[in-house]
Amino acid sequence: MKTIAAIEAFADRYDLAIVGAGPAGLAAASLAVAHGVDVVVLDENASPGGQIYRAVTSTPMTRREILGEDYWRGVELVQEFSGSASSYAPSTTVWNVARGLDGDSLGRDFEIGVSLRGKARLLRAKEVILATGAQERPFPIPGWTLPGVMTAGAAQIALKSSGLVPDGHLVLAGTGPLLYLVAAQLIEAGASIRALLDTTPRANWMSALTATPGFLASPYLAKGLALLRMVHRRLDVVGGITALRAEGQKRLNRVAFERAGRRTELDCDLLLLHQGIVPSINLSNAIGCAHDWDDVQLAFRPQVDAWFASTVQGVAIAGDSAGIAGGESAAARGRIAALGAAFRLERIGAGQRDRDAAPLRAELALLARGRRFLDVFHRPAKAFRVPSDDATLVCRCEEVSAKTIRETVMLGACGPNQMKAFTRCGMGPCQGRLCGLTVTEMITDARAVSPAEVGYYRLRPPVKPVTLAEIAALPQTADAEKAVAR
Amino acid sequence: MFRRLPEATGAPIPFTFDGREMVGRRGDTVAAALLAAGISVCRTMAVSGAPRGPYCMMGVCFDCLVTIDGAANRQGCLVLLVEGMRIKTQAGAPQAQAEEGAT
Amino acid sequence: MSDVRLETDIAVIGGGLVGAAIAYGLAREGRAVRVLDEGDVALRASRANFALVWVQSKGLGMPEYAAWTRASAAAWPALAAALREDTGIDVGLSQPGGFTLALSEAEMQRRMEMTRLLHNQPDMVKYDYEILDHAQTSKRLPAIGRDVVGSIYCPLDGHVNSLRLFRCLHQAIKRYGVGYHPNCAVETITPIAQGFALEGSFGELRAGKLVLAAGLDNARLAPMVDLEAPVVPSKGQIIVTEKVAPFLTYPMHTLRQTDEGGVMIGDSQEDHGFDTAVTTAVISVMAQRAVRMFPLLAKLNVVRTWSALRVMSPDGFPIYAQSRIHPGAFLATCHSGVTLAANHALTLAPAIARGGLPRGTSSFTSERFHVPTLA
Repeated sequence: MKTIAAIEAFADRYDLAIVGAGPAGLAAASLAVAHGVDVVVLDENASPGGQIYRAVTSTPMTRREILGEDYWRGVELVQEFSGSASSYAPSTTVWNVARGLDGDSLGRDFEIGVSLRGKARLLRAKEVILATGAQERPFPIPGWTLPGVMTAGAAQIALKSSGLVPDGHLVLAGTGPLLYLVAAQLIEAGASIRALLDTTPRANWMSALTATPGFLASPYLAKGLALLRMVHRRLDVVGGITALRAEGQKRLNRVAFERAGRRTELDCDLLLLHQGIVPSINLSNAIGCAHDWDDVQLAFRPQVDAWFASTVQGVAIAGDSAGIAGGESAAARGRIAALGAAFRLERIGAGQRDRDAAPLRAELALLARGRRFLDVFHRPAKAFRVPSDDATLVCRCEEVSAKTIRETVMLGACGPNQMKAFTRCGMGPCQGRLCGLTVTEMITDARAVSPAEVGYYRLRPPVKPVTLAEIAALPQTADAEKAVAR
Repeated sequence: MFRRLPEATGAPIPFTFDGREMVGRRGDTVAAALLAAGISVCRTMAVSGAPRGPYCMMGVCFDCLVTIDGAANRQGCLVLLVEGMRIKTQAGAPQAQAEEGAT
Repeated sequence: MSDVRLETDIAVIGGGLVGAAIAYGLAREGRAVRVLDEGDVALRASRANFALVWVQSKGLGMPEYAAWTRASAAAWPALAAALREDTGIDVGLSQPGGFTLALSEAEMQRRMEMTRLLHNQPDMVKYDYEILDHAQTSKRLPAIGRDVVGSIYCPLDGHVNSLRLFRCLHQAIKRYGVGYHPNCAVETITPIAQGFALEGSFGELRAGKLVLAAGLDNARLAPMVDLEAPVVPSKGQIIVTEKVAPFLTYPMHTLRQTDEGGVMIGDSQEDHGFDTAVTTAVISVMAQRAVRMFPLLAKLNVVRTWSALRVMSPDGFPIYAQSRIHPGAFLATCHSGVTLAANHALTLAPAIARGGLPRGTSSFTSERFHVPTLA
């Protein structure tokens, strides 16, 4: 692995650029390099691993049992990658991926806008694999913007990378496997949790069991049950939560919830929210890849083929960014995507590609067993996806309330893009990451149509902020000059 | 809000936050160092003035924006803490400031 | 609205700034109006305009356009007041005068020559403007960079918050009872005895009068009522920065700070058909020019870029027309939906309600594209 620490150290051109150094990106890179592909991995974080294996080779955590064996599995992936001939650019922001137009100087290459230590550059690559992973689903409840309210994933990141555990009155709330995993990890690390408020709708039990009898054969079953038992034994789990508010003036000091029509309040310094993870699609959306609404996972995911190739030729999407399937699946999907890319780059033939992919596909099939159970069982309640309280902020950046969104639908804004123009919802620096799904589902709810019909924001570069000076220093053309200085 | 586990024994990294001297550990991001130091509010909103603190810790939410060594709107959760960093609360919309010698 | 037959006094096709402003004006005249619009994803120049209420530089080759533009800028405070009264929304109109900055002597000469030609036209409306050198410019705009060689300042220029205007117009028409129908693209228009029948997947709408305000789609729709709208797309790209504390009260021709704090940087002009991709090379030139104009912008983060299509007629001027063969069918198309919003709502719409076009707009019909003009 060749680490790129300065913008000048990049080559002008690579065969394959991989965005993201989580399990999908790392596995894809290691495999592609082994087939003679010239690879660069571009990652926003300072060390490889993505979120699931965050800081796995640099964490201060020494007691293995706190984070659990699933976490340490990441070491092998990182070591394999470190031993490979891949180029690796940590702390690097990818702010644009654009396909060259026929006839211009790019040919069919991609132009990749990157920024490292305050300097931007345009790289070229023949193939791109997006391994941008997942993010936690927005959890728009009253008070969710108060300091002291964080996501469960955020607390896990603080634990993994800095050995931090919550102190003081701590409450966890929501649903999803990660919520219970974080609870277990925090308990092991010595945190004292006042309560876990479980918002999983009671009806999910039945729908999940009837929809997916296959769960009994799932590798998740034993693991999941053990986790549930441990958490239930060690802390106060309150189920059937139907309403949740974070309260406080300048910061959180109380969480209020309703259960069976009864309101309860708990003093609280830190509230960790979580209701599942959803694909990170900002980059694939901006590139122009087609996306579908996944009605089980309640999120948009890119359309991909058997090689995880998107609808934009040359762009593959692997790992959770192609639909949530978990970290182990992500690595296998990354490898399959890498085989597809190596084939298109003519490093391997179709025969070898298919042969090498076969065991990976078998692995994926095994890992997929019971996944649907998790999706259906942890499907978050509508009350926590479509906020009914008028004052709840939907767009954290521009501070747009649920009331404004609903009023604007009544005005005739039939989709998120007109909504955005009318309200500024989604125009802030997070570029819709924390409001996009909420807005789609709120419009869906108000118009009584499908989320697929409502659609999502149409995103543009830069998908992450980059300074004017950085953009100003990029290569220009005579045509561009003519188009502007008229 | 957070405390550091005893095994987190990375090298200490001194920095300042709004002029106060603080110490983080090697491997901390700016946001993690602030949380460890008991700082829960790192900026106020340009729209309403409401206080905000780190929310996602993974570069998604942009709520941990701070001013670092004079540069505004840095994502605290993505920037590794470096010795001597001068970190400031970002109050509302920052001032646009010219680089020296530019005008 | 699906598979239903509706009737209305006046149908406006297009719910962008042009259509909404006209619908607003018609509704204020007491007319029953329905607006048929496309859906969430459409070309929508109204979501990507630069928000200037701009007078200087407008009308070279057509002094009537200079007068029309000037009149609209003058009428803008009345529109802003009417909208505030009807909706409670302040659209952020500010008309402190505006600057066109030049970054080279050649640019300055070109701008000055264009300004001279503009104002030397016969029948040109008279208004003040100033040509300023670097020192004079920097007195009024202390933040300019040393690369700014000079500027042209016109006291009539200004800007608004155009997205808020867009929303405000929609809120206002709703208040007046205008029916707004998104996802109702019009496929055919058929002149009938008492007006027009509009058909699409939504069903049928019968209207006594018809206003085509469909932007680039006017090119397709106009011939159905014997009008002509030879408009083509002209691509423009825009950069938007994060919010910063107010530092710029005046709008520039290609750079302005919004009342929310973000800085908008425009604007390219390219002919690429209907392509709306943002291209790095163009964005880079725009960013570089912006930083040369105002070096304090260098460290600002770009949070969004945008690209959309202007609605360009062959000579760049608006087209306003009523069908001779099918009276009651009107056409309105332009690429200055913000500047001209006041005229559209307060002058054009009342005239259409009365059955004609306003005085002083006879030069704007598409017939001008067929008459050889005298040099």
